[in-house]
Amino acid sequence: MNTSSLDNTLITRNEDALRVISLTEAAAVPKATKREKHTYRQIGSERNFRRTLTAIGAAMIALVLGIFITLIIESIPSIKSLGIGYLWGKTWDPVRDIYGAYPFLIGTLLTSFLALFISIPFSFAVAIFLGEYYPTGWLPNLLKNTVELIAAVPSVIYGFWGLAVLVPIVRSFENKIGIEPAGIGIFTSSLILAVMIIPYAASLGRSMIQMVPSNLKEAAYSLGATRWEVIRSVSLPYVKSGLFAGVLLSLGRALGETMAVTMVIGNTSLIPKNIFAPGNTMASVIANEFTEADHPVYLSALIELGLVLFLVTFVINLIGKKVIQRYTNE
Amino acid sequence: MYTRKFKSLLTASIAVAILGSVTLLSCNSGGSGTGTGKADSTSNGDENTVMGAGSTFDNPLFSKMFSEYNKLNGLKVNYQSIGSGGGILQLTNKTVDFGASDAPLNGKQDSGMTAPAVHIPVTAGAVVISYNLPEVKDTLKLTPEILAEIFLGKITKWNDAKIAKANAGIKLPATGIIVAHRSDGSGTTNIFTTYLGKVNEEWNTKVGKGSSVNWPVGLGGKGNEGVAGSIKQTPGAIGYVELAYAIQNNMAYAKMQNKAGNFITPSIASVTAAANITIPADTKVSLTNTEAADGYPISGLSWVLLYKEQKYNNRTLDKTTKIVKLVWWMTHEGQQFSAALNYAPLSPAAVTAGETILKSITYDGKPILQ
Repeated sequence: MNTSSLDNTLITRNEDALRVISLTEAAAVPKATKREKHTYRQIGSERNFRRTLTAIGAAMIALVLGIFITLIIESIPSIKSLGIGYLWGKTWDPVRDIYGAYPFLIGTLLTSFLALFISIPFSFAVAIFLGEYYPTGWLPNLLKNTVELIAAVPSVIYGFWGLAVLVPIVRSFENKIGIEPAGIGIFTSSLILAVMIIPYAASLGRSMIQMVPSNLKEAAYSLGATRWEVIRSVSLPYVKSGLFAGVLLSLGRALGETMAVTMVIGNTSLIPKNIFAPGNTMASVIANEFTEADHPVYLSALIELGLVLFLVTFVINLIGKKVIQRYTNE
Repeated sequence: MYTRKFKSLLTASIAVAILGSVTLLSCNSGGSGTGTGKADSTSNGDENTVMGAGSTFDNPLFSKMFSEYNKLNGLKVNYQSIGSGGGILQLTNKTVDFGASDAPLNGKQDSGMTAPAVHIPVTAGAVVISYNLPEVKDTLKLTPEILAEIFLGKITKWNDAKIAKANAGIKLPATGIIVAHRSDGSGTTNIFTTYLGKVNEEWNTKVGKGSSVNWPVGLGGKGNEGVAGSIKQTPGAIGYVELAYAIQNNMAYAKMQNKAGNFITPSIASVTAAANITIPADTKVSLTNTEAADGYPISGLSWVLLYKEQKYNNRTLDKTTKIVKLVWWMTHEGQQFSAALNYAPLSPAAVTAGETILKSITYDGKPILQ
């Protein structure tokens, strides 16, 4: 056996040690035992599992890139005829083939951020209540499940609820403060969106707050901190990146929401003058006008709207990631 | 080692993404050309199934007609109500046997087709002006001028002098007018804006006509139900919905003054009357602002679209004959189902025009109907 004088550990390929098998007959590998077969099978399944994971991961990348490329290619007629002015054009006129995304860009950002501001106090309150004060028990469980159920309700139901319940309330409110009492508009759709996005930040925030190490909190208590002081100075700073991630998730949902918004926003291409005025969002315009877009540039302009929405979401996510990174590195 | 493997996988996935989207896109555009394999299989697959797509307005009537026709002749018709624009697109790509549209093909759609298509009128519909004025019990009368100025945002109060003049004897409230319109592209909007463009020059130059337009004022609602919802809920609202929808939902709607100067209540009879005018040979006529003295002015025909030459995509003579016979039946015996569903039956003039066109449809150059 020594004649080959090869040291197994010295032979490598791509930095990985190789097992060298001598070719002499004497050293021929004996028939694999049951135990060895089992080991080989284990290695095999291990490899297959890893390959499957990689393939699925790669498929996701291919899918997103595919969508992106399709959007770009289909937008070309519109980009060619309208140029970059599409982004700040204020008129959306299918009859004259003039398209500007500005009113819808404003509408999308306005409804989403307004919804976010309305929802944050509620989602953080739920997160703190469930994470810090009452992590267990039947009432907190009920609350937790209810909040999670909010996320499961189809958006068209929110639309109906908004139209039947929220709109009359907003209308009487508008009557009182003396503006055109339409009831539907940016404000109403922000309210609906706020309700819809509460669970995302709340659920993530709750599980984050529960993960704050108890020795940190106990240390603060032992120094004489009150409960509020512990939450403010220990728990919340510890989980701020997690809370922010939840907010980001909510924002993503708000940006893309279509059905509930389209039912209560008033769908007009005019630039909203105030938050009670009717407006429109990019997703809602696409859903409304796609079926009857009867000439090529019109169709392409709608697809370009999809591309803009895609990029807006992407940029907001990117900024969010950077913010989370900075908080985490501190 | 693994990082390199992963990198190559990443490259591969990008390549797949590019390839995938490019092939899909080229498939899409290829469809309008000689007809892809998929289109072939659709029209070849089942000799006893006809595929159609288009107008959502026609759908309730078509469902009734096709189920009745199925009982008579055993022919299955698969109709997808995806909207007129979608139906035209599918016909252009030759993935359906017929399209249905509430508006005749426009120049761009016509030139997009590889072969000429013909229009056969199948039914007529109307758009009514519905309003919400709880204080007013009588039916409101509207003139074209009032209607256009309301939708242009020039008349903003219900007690405006112009409305009061047309409605002598009715006490109008000082409520502000809230305009409701469709937010989704639709044939209803097309009929309504075509009418406004005909009766008002400012509308014609400022807004124009189309299945979706740039509205100067108002709130958009999705579908008839969206507009109807806005009208029902908002005191002082005015909007337009399909006649059938307004009748089924007991909505209040106004009498419109027509070209002859008469105030006409929208009804099935007054819509059929609107179509009783000279129909041009290609039937591509808008009934809006009709000349007929007792016709309701905001009416429109709805058409079935067929290729004039039916031999394409390896379709058999047998199948194309079935399709043409189906459309013939729809414009004749099929009309009896209109009234019950609140559609206006075709006027004799429209039926005759349709007959001439159906007889001109050919298979390999020879007329299908003798």
